Amino acid sequence: MAELKGWRDIPIGGMILEAGNATEYPTGTWRAFRPVFGEAECIHCFQCWLFCPDSSILVDPENEKMVGFDLEHCKGCGICASVCPVNAKVIKKADEELAQDDPRLCIRMVEEGKFQE
Amino acid sequence: MSKFEALAGNEAVATAMRQINPDVVAAYPITPQTSTVQTFANYVADGLVDTEFVTVESEHSAMSACVGASAAGARVMTATSANGLALMWEIVYIAASTRCPIVMGLVNRALSGPINIHCDHSDVMGMRDSGWIILFSENGQEAYDNLIQAVRIAEHPDVLLPVAVCQDGFITSHGMERVEIYEDADVRAFVGEYRPQWSLLDLEHPKTYGPLDFYDYYYEHKRQQVEAMQHAHRVIQEVAEAFNRTFDRDYGLFEPYRLEDAEVAVVVANSTAGTAKVVVDRLREEGLKVGLLKPRVFRPFPAEELAEALAHLKAVAVMDRSISFGAMGNAGPLFLELAAALALRGVRMPMADYVYGLGGRDILPREIESVYRDMLRVAETGQVERMVTYLSVR
Amino acid sequence: MATKLLPKELAKRPDRLSPGHRLCAGCGASIIVRQMLAAIDEPVVLSNATGCLEVATTIYPYTAWRVPWIHNAFENAASTISGVEAAYRSMVRQGKIPEQDVKFIAFGGDGGTYDIGLQALSGAVERGHQFLYVCYDNGAYMNTGIQRSSATPLGAHTTTSPAGKVIPGKQQFRKDLTAIMAAHGIPYVAQAAPSQWRDLMKKTRKAVNCGGPAFMNVLSSCNRGWRHGTDETVEITQLAVDTCYWPLYEVEEGVWRLTYKPREKLPVEEWLKRQGRFRHLFRPENRHLIDRLQEEVDRRWERLLRLCGEA
Ligand SMILES: Cc1ncc(C[n+]2csc(CCOP(=O)(O)OP(=O)(O)O)c2C)c(N)n1
Ligand code: SF4
Ligand code: SF4
Ligand SMILES: [Mg+2]
Repeated sequence: MAELKGWRDIPIGGMILEAGNATEYPTGTWRAFRPVFGEAECIHCFQCWLFCPDSSILVDPENEKMVGFDLEHCKGCGICASVCPVNAKVIKKADEELAQDDPRLCIRMVEEGKFQE
Repeated sequence: MSKFEALAGNEAVATAMRQINPDVVAAYPITPQTSTVQTFANYVADGLVDTEFVTVESEHSAMSACVGASAAGARVMTATSANGLALMWEIVYIAASTRCPIVMGLVNRALSGPINIHCDHSDVMGMRDSGWIILFSENGQEAYDNLIQAVRIAEHPDVLLPVAVCQDGFITSHGMERVEIYEDADVRAFVGEYRPQWSLLDLEHPKTYGPLDFYDYYYEHKRQQVEAMQHAHRVIQEVAEAFNRTFDRDYGLFEPYRLEDAEVAVVVANSTAGTAKVVVDRLREEGLKVGLLKPRVFRPFPAEELAEALAHLKAVAVMDRSISFGAMGNAGPLFLELAAALALRGVRMPMADYVYGLGGRDILPREIESVYRDMLRVAETGQVERMVTYLSVR
Repeated sequence: MATKLLPKELAKRPDRLSPGHRLCAGCGASIIVRQMLAAIDEPVVLSNATGCLEVATTIYPYTAWRVPWIHNAFENAASTISGVEAAYRSMVRQGKIPEQDVKFIAFGGDGGTYDIGLQALSGAVERGHQFLYVCYDNGAYMNTGIQRSSATPLGAHTTTSPAGKVIPGKQQFRKDLTAIMAAHGIPYVAQAAPSQWRDLMKKTRKAVNCGGPAFMNVLSSCNRGWRHGTDETVEITQLAVDTCYWPLYEVEEGVWRLTYKPREKLPVEEWLKRQGRFRHLFRPENRHLIDRLQEEVDRRWERLLRLCGEA
């Protein structure tokens, strides 16, 4: 956390001059579940990018590729996994109920403590 | 060349607004302010100003739009009275804390209830802790002059606070008087261009205005407002000096009238000060050493200068056109603040408060005279019989 | 040329709302903001009413906004942006600032829009300011802890319309704010939902380019208030659309048009049963409330079909 400043050292009126400086605030610490990317399956449709409430889907815009998650900020809501059409297909194909961390999924949600690289 | 015109106070203020030519005016009609915005609306309709006139659906929206426009870097003005000001309340505070140099013509009227459209100062007194600079005006000329000065005070980089310029409802706002109107060009030169340091419309440097400010920084922002008020004390005097030089006037923090050698004085703001001057002259003819102090700057309260100006007196009366209900002695705010100012500076003298004129109740010269005669007696005995008198209440 | 409404194209631009804001995980509000702002090519200036979106995005000294943004108070996002827009027009007219195709947008929650801010909104659109007002409607005062608003659905449990022993949740239907705004006769009014992102984006574009005041009512799931899993936001939002609780339509220059018609109109129950705030309605003694809600949904849907020339 940034050091607290005195009244002489901050802009007047509560104005914030550093646009988008909230990126310095690590909301990733809130996460109970972590999204894990099964890159091989990804069709790079960017649905996850469209729906992530926390702008935490990392993309390579030039090559139009989804590349992973901004784990500094991702809150682990699981929306990306829920809107992923590859996930939907995998779930439909499997004849059983899939766990949310099933390795067949394109985006799977793994309990934070249990995650291993 | 300036010229003299017969104008009601509201017309004088509207004329100042025309000359200032603000970028945005957002206002809503309310008696007795209405003729200000009506007159100004004519200027807009006739193309005499460049102003965008936002005809809002309420005073709450008037002040809200003013804050938005001011944050956008515009020079902004509004006008209101009593209930209108009360409806703005929430945003009155936000305007000051967002450091918006908005200028407001405030035509003083009794605050309901019961509803009443006539003059007293219960409206402005409620905003005294809101962070606005507050100026009083005895007559149309002063309202006109104060409005022009208010722009420069508000926009001064060391200040950046909103300013309310008060005049008495009907008495001043609708009373025709001879008002010296300066050349448009001279007024424009005096107020100058507004060059805001920050603007919401600076698209290259996006800013966030009005964030959620918790215990870790809110207090620091309040401290900044204190600093701005302290600067305002100096800036108001600097602007007055410049104004006096340019337009041959004599503005200061307050106006002493035959005070120097007086033994007894009355402190009274706005139009009643004019009546009191006549009373002073009459009593002086009797050889009575009486004087008057007419506050001009109420916020920031010039405590030190007031104490100094009054220190030589044997007794002083304050006349309050409002009541601070439940405050010490159910006195008026001006009295309470002045009493504190004198006491804390070791100026000891008998003081009394005279509440008068609520809801537009007439105040007659003989009533003001009775205040002086009371105080002359007090000066002799050193005893105040009654701390607070409610003049001419039945 | 306007950027194509393709995610890959839109993702080439930096987000106008940064990560690091403190909306709850899975909150619908930031999905709406991201999608809408991504669809706009032009520079934007925003005002925001007090509420979850406002507090969570600007906790001093942090701001998640990469565009000019102002919060004034709860009920005045519309009057505040009207002042900003008036300032812009005045100063452009006087040659004080350059003319640019800036889009002025106000965001307010349902409380700040349906309730306390309705007057300011009505006034600002009546005056014809060029701005888009977006209500992100999560159906309650979420920021203060899930109190009922006039947008709360019939029967919903909130902290001021609790499901008690005698009174089973909110007793009134949602105010039809979108229709109220349409009645103002402004050039563009729409109802949308982020689950249908392309529809939302298209409407956003129309709204900011309609040449006058525009209003959009956008359904915003709040998993805290609605009581569902954080990952169910999009699905449950779409169920509101497919049950016709939240039809998607627009009113362009007075012409009503349905922009999406569910292939099969689902019973409203399908939407209700996924949310904890309606759980008590499934007790036998409260079933009649579901029936009442269904009737009202049907009635409004039929009316909408008629207005849209679909009946
Ligand atoms: C004048 C005023 N009254 C009440 C409040 C308290 N308050 C702050 S946010 C809020 C509710 C916001 O609800 P809504 O507009 O629906 O936005 P949400 O938080 O649900 O996103 C309330 C009641 C306030 N800030 N100002
Ligand atoms: S889990 Fe939620 S916050 Fe994290 S990347 Fe997915 S959608 Fe974004
Ligand atoms: S309480 Fe609801 S609306 Fe507010 S941030 Fe959380 S999910 Fe979003
Ligand atoms: Mg809400």
